[in-house]
Amino acid sequence: MPEISPFVILFAAVFTNNILLVYFLGMCSFIAVSNTTQTALGLGAAVTFVSVLTAAAGWPVYHLVLVPLGLEYLQFIVFIVLIAGLVQFVEMVIERKSQTLYDNLGIFLPLITVNCAILGLCLFMVNWRYGFLQSVAWGAGSGLGWFVAVVALAGLRQKIRFSKVPPALEGPGITIVVAGTMAMAFMGFAGMVAIR
Amino acid sequence: MDVGLLLLSAAVLGGLSGFLALVLIIAEKYIADYGVCKVEINHDPAVSFECRGGANLLMALAERKIFIPSACGGQGTCGYCKVEVRAGAGSALATERMHLTRAEVRRNVRLSCQVKVKNDLDLRIPAELLAVQEFACLVEKLEVLSHDTKLLRLKLLDPPRIAFKPGQYCQLNVPRDYLLRLTPPIFEPVFRAYSIASMPKDSGVVELIIRLVPNGICTTWVHTLLAEGDRVTITGPYGEFYLREDSDRPIICVGGGSGVAPVRSIVEHLFDKGTQRRVDCFVGQRALRDLYWHKENVARAARHRNFRYFPSLSGLEPGDEWEGETEFIHLVVDRIINDAADKECYLCGPPIMIDAVIGVLKDKGLPEERIYFDKF
Repeated sequence: MPEISPFVILFAAVFTNNILLVYFLGMCSFIAVSNTTQTALGLGAAVTFVSVLTAAAGWPVYHLVLVPLGLEYLQFIVFIVLIAGLVQFVEMVIERKSQTLYDNLGIFLPLITVNCAILGLCLFMVNWRYGFLQSVAWGAGSGLGWFVAVVALAGLRQKIRFSKVPPALEGPGITIVVAGTMAMAFMGFAGMVAIR
Repeated sequence: MDVGLLLLSAAVLGGLSGFLALVLIIAEKYIADYGVCKVEINHDPAVSFECRGGANLLMALAERKIFIPSACGGQGTCGYCKVEVRAGAGSALATERMHLTRAEVRRNVRLSCQVKVKNDLDLRIPAELLAVQEFACLVEKLEVLSHDTKLLRLKLLDPPRIAFKPGQYCQLNVPRDYLLRLTPPIFEPVFRAYSIASMPKDSGVVELIIRLVPNGICTTWVHTLLAEGDRVTITGPYGEFYLREDSDRPIICVGGGSGVAPVRSIVEHLFDKGTQRRVDCFVGQRALRDLYWHKENVARAARHRNFRYFPSLSGLEPGDEWEGETEFIHLVVDRIINDAADKECYLCGPPIMIDAVIGVLKDKGLPEERIYFDKF
């Protein structure tokens, strides 16, 4: 286990090691749901929520079940099953308990089941041998980082709607260019904090 | 590979999946149990019902035989299944907003396929939709009316009777096995709208007039494969185009092509009731081989002094023996009708014909709100 404070990991996951703009995970929903800031806020919040939860549930399953039995090679399928089940469960609870939260988050939750950013953060946290608190901090930070990035892109895309874009680049083209520029900006933070 | 490891892997994976499945099943049973919900429709106890919560509203209504139009089958993509939900479901979700206008969002209109029945609901559904039913029918007769048009006479089996107003239409469902045999196969349900050509009095049958459209999915099926004795299903009646029976104004009816069907229903219904209203019936077709429902009208015009009949064939073919009108139908209307200010008008046919006739009638002083039409 590396000697890094969970707070450093949280901060680093949002800015210097953003899961989306540095590791390029979760791109599909990043492009698909960044049309308006409102939906981006909804999905961003849902991703944050699920990533904290999977990190917290994935760590014990990996370290208390798979490692003692020597079954680390099952990590991919186990994490996928775990994420899918967890998301279903959380959706059911939210739907029952809070109508407002469900209206804002609920419809996005099934989308997240297939979000590679969530699987990616689970695999990073076991590869880097994080402890439990570090894992949760990494999960929360990654979710927040994704949140920040998707909302920023949605804001830019709302502006782009009123700008003159060369016809060949309209739609996905300009979105990718903008996302790439954002990623380069975040690259400026690279190496500021060591997280492994 | 080590058999022990293999078994252990299977056990761990199976155990984990089983555990998660168990948690979900228990949650489904206890958390997602919404009990019995009351669905109130238009404050009308006859159609309001109670059901187990948890289902989506479109399906819950369909189970009660309340058919809200839907083309995508509850995916939330077609935006047809709009229903006003006054209470019990919150405001529209982000996924619905693209199908709703701002005024509809304010009125709390929702896509019924995206609404889950979780509380008691208070709905407003237009009365016409509540009257829509699904009918299992038997093809009683397939009569050739003209070279490319057939009259499909359906005997209603279940339910055995239909209540409709002359002018309304039904949707004919194309059978699934036929769609799957097409190249390329079609997987979505296909249905097509046809005006009812029979009278409301004959409530046990529905007659549809179906003209063969080149490469048309439904019309090809009707014209080539459908046979007497086959079973088909229809839904209906639909539509705002119907005879206003509470007025006694003189009527102008104009039917073009297979738009003759609702006009046939309206005219036959009127004279079956022994109407005293003046009825001028204009029928536009191409050539003599396209003309049907002709002898009946000639006989009717001879029998009833308040009925006038003006057929016109605008595209006569060589050899056609025809003494009557040969102009486009709006020109015939223009010549025959002098003053339309006190009249009421029913038009059905291709859009270009309807627009032309509406132009003529407005010039003759007919106010727009008394022009009823059905474009196809």
